[in-house]
Amino acid sequence: MPFADLINTNLRRVPCRAVYIVCAIPALLLFFGLLTGGLGVDPIRRLELELGEWALRLVIAGLCITPLRRWGGINALGFRRAIGVMAFVYVLLHLMVWLVLDMGLRGDQIWKDILKRRYITIGMVGFLMLLPLAVTSNDISLRRLGSAAWQRLHRLVYPAALAGGLHFVLIVKGWPVEPMVYMAIILSLLAMRAVPRQATGRRASVAR
Amino acid sequence: MSYRFKTDLRWSDVTPRADFLNRRQIIAGAAALGLAGPAAAKLSYVPSAYSTDEAPNTLEEITQYNNFYEFGTAKEDPARSAHLLTTDPWAVRVEGLVDKPGTYDLADLTAGMTLEERIYRFRCVEAWSMVVPWIGFQLSDLLNKVGVQPGAKFVAFETLVRPEEMPGQNYGLIPWPYREGLRIDEAMHPLTIIATGLYGEELPKQNGAPLRLVVPWKYGFKSIKSIVRIALVEEMPPTSWNMIAAREYGFYSNVNPEVDHPRWSQATERRIGAGIFAGRIDTLMMNGYADEVAGLYAGQDLSKDY
Repeated sequence: MPFADLINTNLRRVPCRAVYIVCAIPALLLFFGLLTGGLGVDPIRRLELELGEWALRLVIAGLCITPLRRWGGINALGFRRAIGVMAFVYVLLHLMVWLVLDMGLRGDQIWKDILKRRYITIGMVGFLMLLPLAVTSNDISLRRLGSAAWQRLHRLVYPAALAGGLHFVLIVKGWPVEPMVYMAIILSLLAMRAVPRQATGRRASVAR
Repeated sequence: MSYRFKTDLRWSDVTPRADFLNRRQIIAGAAALGLAGPAAAKLSYVPSAYSTDEAPNTLEEITQYNNFYEFGTAKEDPARSAHLLTTDPWAVRVEGLVDKPGTYDLADLTAGMTLEERIYRFRCVEAWSMVVPWIGFQLSDLLNKVGVQPGAKFVAFETLVRPEEMPGQNYGLIPWPYREGLRIDEAMHPLTIIATGLYGEELPKQNGAPLRLVVPWKYGFKSIKSIVRIALVEEMPPTSWNMIAAREYGFYSNVNPEVDHPRWSQATERRIGAGIFAGRIDTLMMNGYADEVAGLYAGQDLSKDY
């Protein structure tokens, strides 16, 4: 697959730091917009929504790495940690904006909302599932846990992605397209994981 | 050379700098007061005792942040595409249990109405709010003009359907036309108005030109925009959000901090324009109009009749 080889050769030249920097750009632009009044009439809502959407996009990007390698022969494995860590950063910023700017730190209502509102409960569960993944996204944790246990732990990203998609679908009025598109992409990426190994070309030839 | 631009203006025709600066000052001053708009005409109106003394939101906030799904679901969509809408001529069909049914030209329907400024709190079901200086007249005046017959128990309203001018109507999110309704006592209440203006000018298109309902003690979606049909009916009419999700949006939809939306709390709200660290304010019963309207619902269980 010469095309995939070309991409892989070029991907190898990209340092991981570049991924962190590129992923930080939307947050920096939003922060700049917040300071300069560029986020429209309701900057809090805009900030909250965009940070949440970027979190979803990065979670989706992270989920694309394995299918890309399996079906496209493209190896972007080296960027997965950076993408994952940045996805978590966006989730954390989204949560902070909700707590501080949107809810104004009203503890009683925040607590009630987390327990009572399905989309908030689901969102919080998703955040809690991402927390151990963010904490163990370093070489020391990987070594301590061992590769197998680390991988098992990091499968938590599947339910976390579902929670994120559902969180978005449940918050909106009616059935607008965008949240449904995110949900559909997440579901297809998860479904790809369920395709048995034998079904892919490479393994099939071995099995024969 | 024959195509060369020639002018018969002379230097003496140029407006002196002092004069045009002065002109700009007048325009800028008027704009700052929210009184100037290129196409809008100044309305004459009287103040009203029903106005709140809270500071109104800016014209920019009121006109750039709208839920008007006929123009798209994003808050910025109406400001972007509402200019496509033709609001003149405008006809309103009045029918059902009325003495003088018919299709009225807007000017005929609103002739003789006293325009008042009503500065009302406006609370969206999405838990944000504004304060809006509407210009309008009481719906009761309009209903009395067309003559309500004794059998009429509800008023049904419909928004225009014109997909070529309302791009959002090309999507089936809401079964068009957008429909709303009031019980007759709610419709006749002096707080209920038909707004035709905002900040002293004609109503901007994204805010529901040329005429819209404003019911300040109910969630914003009850205040239907760009009305083309008013029908007096005997049965409770179907209303759009109730048709889409009956469990979430009741026919009454009175602002009520004690009755939550099934998916979010209605106890507090975020006042648009209050600043990024302003946090939330407590939502008031009936949006602060309980003294005037709570009596309409005496004996009703508001957690059931939400």
